[in-house]
Amino acid sequence: MKILVGIKRVVDYNVRVRVLPDGSGVDIDGVKMSVNPFDEIALEEALRIREAGNADEVIVVSAGGDEVQQQLRTGLAMGADRAIQVKTGEPLQPLSVARAFLKVVEREGVELVLLGKQAIDDDNSQTAQMMAALWDRPQATFASEVKLDGGKASVTREVDVGLETVEVDLPAVVSVDLRLNEPRFVKLPDIMKAKRKPLETVSLEDLGVAVEGNLEIGSYEPPQPREKGIMVEDAAQLMGELKNRGLL
Amino acid sequence: MSEREIMEYDVIVVGAGPSGLSCAIRLKQKKPELTVAVIEKGAEVGAHILSGAVIEPEPLDELLPGWKDTPPPVCIPVERDEIWLLRPGGKRLRLPTPPQQKNHGNYIVSLGAMCAWLAEKAEALEVDIFPGYAAADIRYTADGAVGGIIVGDMGVDRDGQPKDTYMQGIEIHAPLTLISEGVRGHLAKRLIARYDLAADCDPQTYGIGMKELWRVQPGKAQPGLVQHTAGWPLDSHIYGGSFIYHLDKDRIAIGFVCGLDYQDPEFKPFEAFQQMKHHPMVREMLEGGEILSSGARAISEGGYQSLPKCEMPGALLIGDSAGTLNVPKIKGVHQAMKCGMLAADHLAETGAVEGFDAKLRDSEIVRELHRVRNIRPAFYKGFWRGFIRAAIETVTLGKLPVTTAVHADDTALKKVDEYSAPERHWVERDLPPRDRLASVYFATTEHDEDQPVHLQIIDPEVCTTRCVTEYNNPCTRFCPAQVYEMTGEGDQMALQINAANCVHCKTCDIKDPYQVINWVTPEGGCGPIYQNM
Repeated sequence: MKILVGIKRVVDYNVRVRVLPDGSGVDIDGVKMSVNPFDEIALEEALRIREAGNADEVIVVSAGGDEVQQQLRTGLAMGADRAIQVKTGEPLQPLSVARAFLKVVEREGVELVLLGKQAIDDDNSQTAQMMAALWDRPQATFASEVKLDGGKASVTREVDVGLETVEVDLPAVVSVDLRLNEPRFVKLPDIMKAKRKPLETVSLEDLGVAVEGNLEIGSYEPPQPREKGIMVEDAAQLMGELKNRGLL
Repeated sequence: MSEREIMEYDVIVVGAGPSGLSCAIRLKQKKPELTVAVIEKGAEVGAHILSGAVIEPEPLDELLPGWKDTPPPVCIPVERDEIWLLRPGGKRLRLPTPPQQKNHGNYIVSLGAMCAWLAEKAEALEVDIFPGYAAADIRYTADGAVGGIIVGDMGVDRDGQPKDTYMQGIEIHAPLTLISEGVRGHLAKRLIARYDLAADCDPQTYGIGMKELWRVQPGKAQPGLVQHTAGWPLDSHIYGGSFIYHLDKDRIAIGFVCGLDYQDPEFKPFEAFQQMKHHPMVREMLEGGEILSSGARAISEGGYQSLPKCEMPGALLIGDSAGTLNVPKIKGVHQAMKCGMLAADHLAETGAVEGFDAKLRDSEIVRELHRVRNIRPAFYKGFWRGFIRAAIETVTLGKLPVTTAVHADDTALKKVDEYSAPERHWVERDLPPRDRLASVYFATTEHDEDQPVHLQIIDPEVCTTRCVTEYNNPCTRFCPAQVYEMTGEGDQMALQINAANCVHCKTCDIKDPYQVINWVTPEGGCGPIYQNM
């Protein structure tokens, strides 16, 4: 069985992100970029499935310019067998990514797609669901446990009321949540090995996917800064201040 | 515990700073067949380095001719210099610019961004760069020489036990190791002791440098303006001052350096930095702006007198791991780069470490240090006497036949009952950051809490039995990240180490009067993620 893991290049989760002064976007000048943390968890799960003997190949795929090759190499260093860059210079929305990944799925004969539940930059949580719908296959999202048995996957999902376990027939799309696993560290020698693993580049056009955009970003605003408070000496002063502000 | 996996290289460089990267690039330029690796504990190149910085470009011209066609991302030519003496009550006095501070032809850069840019050049020459991995230990050969390094284990819990993610660090074997960890490197500290490299020199002395990168209101920044201040908020017995470098895109790099040989046990370097920002001249620039990034790092101030022997079996000390910064210029990058390049030239020519130290001592790098060797120590007797002596040394080009000895920092602190601080006229503050914790937020420092504490206290009893009465636990004040806190009272008093706050500045390792704090590297990839610093 082949597993496809989609990864996204995002601003590192530690970075203190700020909005550009004109509100047109987020300032990513000089910031550290990393693999989306949930995608790392997805890749870790794929590697464990392969190591358990239930898959023979793990392919990582990412859509974007050549800068995403850095994240693909990280994926290869973690243990993926092959990497594919879907090359485009345009910013992509989840629908285009889903269509692009699906083309790769069809080309490669992938049976299990593992994605992070959402990207930490836009928090959309759409790609997995859209892929499953376009593919007309089952989806199991927010997975905190994945068990494979024959041609089925038993997936425990973290939902608002607790845990829900669903069984899906493969091929299927699974999106992963934080508690599924803890990704492994990369060994230095594996970074060197990753340089020799195949990284294929195929353009979005060659896959036959157009850039679609039915979402339009209006503007970005930072959260309102908290106003400075005042210290009050006693209850009487507190009452006075509350009255002054028309709160009593 | 199984045998560690081994990787082999001809040369291993510890630390992706200006000296290490220049050395790696030069080595590959001279001998492309050599296999060279650079290991860096920061999550990416540039994550752990910060500096003002105004740099002299000559080493760049030599190493990478034509670099100006594709300069590093933050690179502003200096337009003019201003030196100010700040006084209490918002007063100030413009001083003439001394020759060491005439920066025409120099560039204001982000050292972190420049290192990332150098790293790209190095990778293009097939240097293997490994950020996110810490050199935790030296690997010694059978005959006791340095034979490479041992990468730190990852996935170890607070008690030293392997977690599920445990990954044993590999050994990198190399006949030649370059120690370019920067100021007070933890491996350098061990090697200097082991090979007695400081036998014939004065102790190294340091300053703490704290920096913030601000985005200010449009029009406030004047790109290319280089300002330095002395005087307030320090008193005449603390060496130090500020730098204010105006960048592009409405950004200002502002920072403060204090010599760590200060005597006042109650002194708070971070607070002094924040006070400086409230002087009307500075406040006017910052008002209405926002902090983009902040951080701190020790700088080496000993210069010529404190330079240890830089060669040992199998390894060389380069850059500020040796201590090549020129204090009156407050510039160390050009020195570090030249030192790295000299090491590369020597290794390419001879294939061995022997003879590097002699070449270094004979080089322009050390000649430059020699010329200014008496300026920093002149300030041991206070600001005004230092100022006059510094002027004399400058005019005589350092040719006077005397060399003032350099003193250590950890013995400089006076006990609480032996020192009363002068009135410094500090003011109420309202500019951000509110305090050290708010500042650490902008350093974006992160450590997995479940790992061994990387600040080893050799004798924890000292903190609650002796230090508390003698010095009132100065670590709680000199650490810019509030790592150290004393909790409880009386019998319940204990030292609490908030290791996760650490920004890897090394000030505690330097200034602790009992020298019981030993900074070692935490798991690779931890610590700050400085951006454009």
